[in-house]
Amino acid sequence: MIPYLLRRVAGAVLVLFVLSIVVYAMFYAVPGDPAKLACGPRCNPEQLAQVRDQLRLDDPLPVRYWHFLQGLFVGQDFSTGTSVLHCDAPCFGLSYQNDQQVTELISQRLPVTASLALGAMVLWLILGVGTGLLSALRRGGITERVLTWFTLAGTATPVFIIGLLLLMVFCAQLRWLPFPSYVPLTENPEQWAWNMLLPWTALALIESAKYARLTRSSLLETLADDHIRTFRAYGVSERAIVGRHALRGALPPVIALTALDLGSLFGSAMLTETLFGLPGLGQLLVHSVRTIDLPVVVAVVLVTGAAVVIANIVADLLYAATDRRVTLT
Amino acid sequence: MSAQRWEPEGVTTERNATRVGPGPGQNATEAATGPEQASAPEPLVRVEDLSVGFPAADGGAATSGPGAGAATVRAVDGLSFTLEPGAALGIVGESGSGKSTVAFALLDLHRGTGAQASGVVRVAGRDVLTADDAALRRIRGGVAAMVFQDPLSSLDPYLAIGDQIAEVYRVHHRGASRRAARARAVEVLDRVGIPDAARRSRSRPHEFSGGMRQRALIAMALSCEPRLLIADEPTTALDVTVQAQILALLAELRAETGMGLLLVTHDLGVAASSVDDLLVMRAGRAVERGPVNAVLSAPREPYTRALLAAVPRVEQACGDRAPVPVPAPAESRREAGTTAETAPEPATEAAPGGEPKAAASDAAGRGLAGPAPTTAAAAYREASGAAEPELLLEVAGLRREFGGRRARTVAVDDVSLTLRAGETLGVVGESGSGKTTLGRMIVRLLEPSGGSLRYRGREIGGLRERQLRPFRSELQMVFQDPVASLNPRRSIGESIADPLRAAGRLTGPEIVARVRGLLERVGLDPDWYHRYPHEFSGGQRQRVGIARALAPEPRLIVCDEPVSALDVTTQAQIVRLLGDLQRELGLALIFIAHDLAVVRQVSDRVAVMRGGRIVEEGETDAVYDDPQHPYTRSLLAAVPLLAGAERPVEAVATERVEAVV
Repeated sequence: MIPYLLRRVAGAVLVLFVLSIVVYAMFYAVPGDPAKLACGPRCNPEQLAQVRDQLRLDDPLPVRYWHFLQGLFVGQDFSTGTSVLHCDAPCFGLSYQNDQQVTELISQRLPVTASLALGAMVLWLILGVGTGLLSALRRGGITERVLTWFTLAGTATPVFIIGLLLLMVFCAQLRWLPFPSYVPLTENPEQWAWNMLLPWTALALIESAKYARLTRSSLLETLADDHIRTFRAYGVSERAIVGRHALRGALPPVIALTALDLGSLFGSAMLTETLFGLPGLGQLLVHSVRTIDLPVVVAVVLVTGAAVVIANIVADLLYAATDRRVTLT
Repeated sequence: MSAQRWEPEGVTTERNATRVGPGPGQNATEAATGPEQASAPEPLVRVEDLSVGFPAADGGAATSGPGAGAATVRAVDGLSFTLEPGAALGIVGESGSGKSTVAFALLDLHRGTGAQASGVVRVAGRDVLTADDAALRRIRGGVAAMVFQDPLSSLDPYLAIGDQIAEVYRVHHRGASRRAARARAVEVLDRVGIPDAARRSRSRPHEFSGGMRQRALIAMALSCEPRLLIADEPTTALDVTVQAQILALLAELRAETGMGLLLVTHDLGVAASSVDDLLVMRAGRAVERGPVNAVLSAPREPYTRALLAAVPRVEQACGDRAPVPVPAPAESRREAGTTAETAPEPATEAAPGGEPKAAASDAAGRGLAGPAPTTAAAAYREASGAAEPELLLEVAGLRREFGGRRARTVAVDDVSLTLRAGETLGVVGESGSGKTTLGRMIVRLLEPSGGSLRYRGREIGGLRERQLRPFRSELQMVFQDPVASLNPRRSIGESIADPLRAAGRLTGPEIVARVRGLLERVGLDPDWYHRYPHEFSGGQRQRVGIARALAPEPRLIVCDEPVSALDVTTQAQIVRLLGDLQRELGLALIFIAHDLAVVRQVSDRVAVMRGGRIVEEGETDAVYDDPQHPYTRSLLAAVPLLAGAERPVEAVATERVEAVV
């Protein structure tokens, strides 16, 4: 168990390391001048040269990458023209745009995206697995057909349509909910939940369709297993069979998919964040890509990558917990 | 006489006319089937005019011709029987005969599956088919408990065995606490001979051996104190020695608790040693019934005689028995639902096409009866005129390990053997003895971990894939499961052509011509080239597997349990085909099987494997008639014998606990 975890963590670090190199190389080759973008439209060549120097844009790629690693592990000093700014150990550098510490930017944005993703996950699991369970049990009936139709409609509708609809109905028309604005969990948990409710619902509606289908097919497969037949032959009630025997066997694919979705949501929730005015990582990523803000891009990509990798490690641990035949080696 | 074809439709009207009624000399158990007997004390099981129909597959209408319009396939057709309290009835028949369907109907396990059951099924005075769901749940387990064929897949892999038994116990004992149920689980596990039951009850099924799993399932049945135990092929997935122990356990429990036993099996030997009465089923109907000894020693129906004749016997050397001239019922039945309508009469019985070849006409002429041909090596030696056929294979000190470091297991350990052209070496052993690993190494599907593997004087043990290529066509393999070893998405012709294409020597049209020739050679219609595996019966699929192995003109074929998935009659045909091919082509065969009787039929020499080693090797008759190694002796002793009154089961009953560990 412990050696397994250590090995997985080491593997994760390696993945993130390679990821950072790839991002660095890509943005080095990308056309466009970050200095020009940072300096603004009315920038004379002199200022531009100064900015370039400040941002160390003229250093060759390996040197810049070396500085990045240095910042990450021992911290780094930046001169902002007049003063020197020290950036402590896990330092992703300064944003090209506004000289803000990237670490700070991330720590502001991460809780927003994490709230969104984790909350939505809980909701879509409840909706999706529940729907899947129902339609597996009532297969062929009217319930199943209605549920199938719903889940299909859910998958087919883009998030901005569902999101807009929800906003229109619940905020503008019925006025049951406030127009979402992020309130940190630590400040006011109740307000946090109320404000997040609509974004969660929008994401969950879309994702749950997938989970409903997966749960249904996986459950139907398990229900056809021989050991289910055994318990039927011993008079165990259908509800106990599904709850105690079938569901457990149907869960592994659901766990695996959840891990993938959750991880990728960290970097791809941009639409939802924009729609509901949530200052999350997705927004930050899009903005920084547009301005070739390399330190920010690298940081967001690494955080997202870490989320994917961690989610998968957790999924594997859960996998082993549900099925004792799985040994982690 | 010709084989009777079973038609799924049109039988309902004449069902009563064709039902096998009680005849003279039959025992009393089925005399009670008549309605006039209703006032007599209720038997434990009374089945009257039971029919079970399954909805026909959708594709059926497209592929089959006339008469394919039937909406249902009738698996059981107007069957009646009774079972007295405490008695044991065996239902035997080949796969597809409907025997398991009957067993399932006793608990109405067909409910909710789309199958339609009609007739009367009464178990311990309760009407099963008309019971509401709650009443049916009380019958299931509480009155009649079932033991299934595959004990691994029949237990929940995620839960501890004790918890599973406790759960079932609490279903039937509402008042019982969790602790009491758990204690009961340990008690019954202990009763069925699980050592250290309290501790092992916390194990999950994968931590048990096959025999222990079946004991656990029996314990589950026992926990509810049922009046009837329904055992559906309870020992089919087990080795002979374990099988003997499980049968002994069943007999013991029956004597102790007085419960009735309904044993469903395809193995006449198993039935012979475990039941009082026998009911032979074919195509959903009873063909013959009566006391087990009477049916087995003096069968009245031709089908029963054919079934008995096809059973290979471990106690007789090959060629001892005269062929019994009876029709082959083997494969026609199962095909009825799929291809038989348009296909010519199944090729296993009649020669396809216009030019019957040796094997096909042979099969048609003699039917399934009679043992396999005698030692082909002798015939080959005579035919070739050579004093000593070429030495093909020399294996010395061969070894194979799996897993690394701590998890290392030795599957094959220091095995040495030789094989000449035209010779058959039988390899027997129980599951896990390393026989399949050995076979795979010989055709180099696996690389040996050590030792030498010489084929025609050349060491091939350590060769890389590229260097092995010239040998690939000469070393071929026939696999156990004819279903799983054929690609369901490729036509059988393409599957057979694959090794020819891989060899790359022939052009496209030449390959097709050769494949057609091969199909004919193994007794299939060449025009079936474009058909897919699911259209064929098990025996036909195994013929395809053999044709594929023959395609590259091999000199040595390793047959890994080639007949263990087949019915006895089909098994006899496949064994005969292999023998014919060997005589004709001078093939060297390695015949791997757990079935001692089949190995005796086909082999010149036999090697007995245990724990990765060969414990005894020699001429077949010598090994069987005068086994030297104690393990060989215990293997032979565990084989259930068909004939006579002796019941070898009880002899091994005492070894029970020792072998469980």
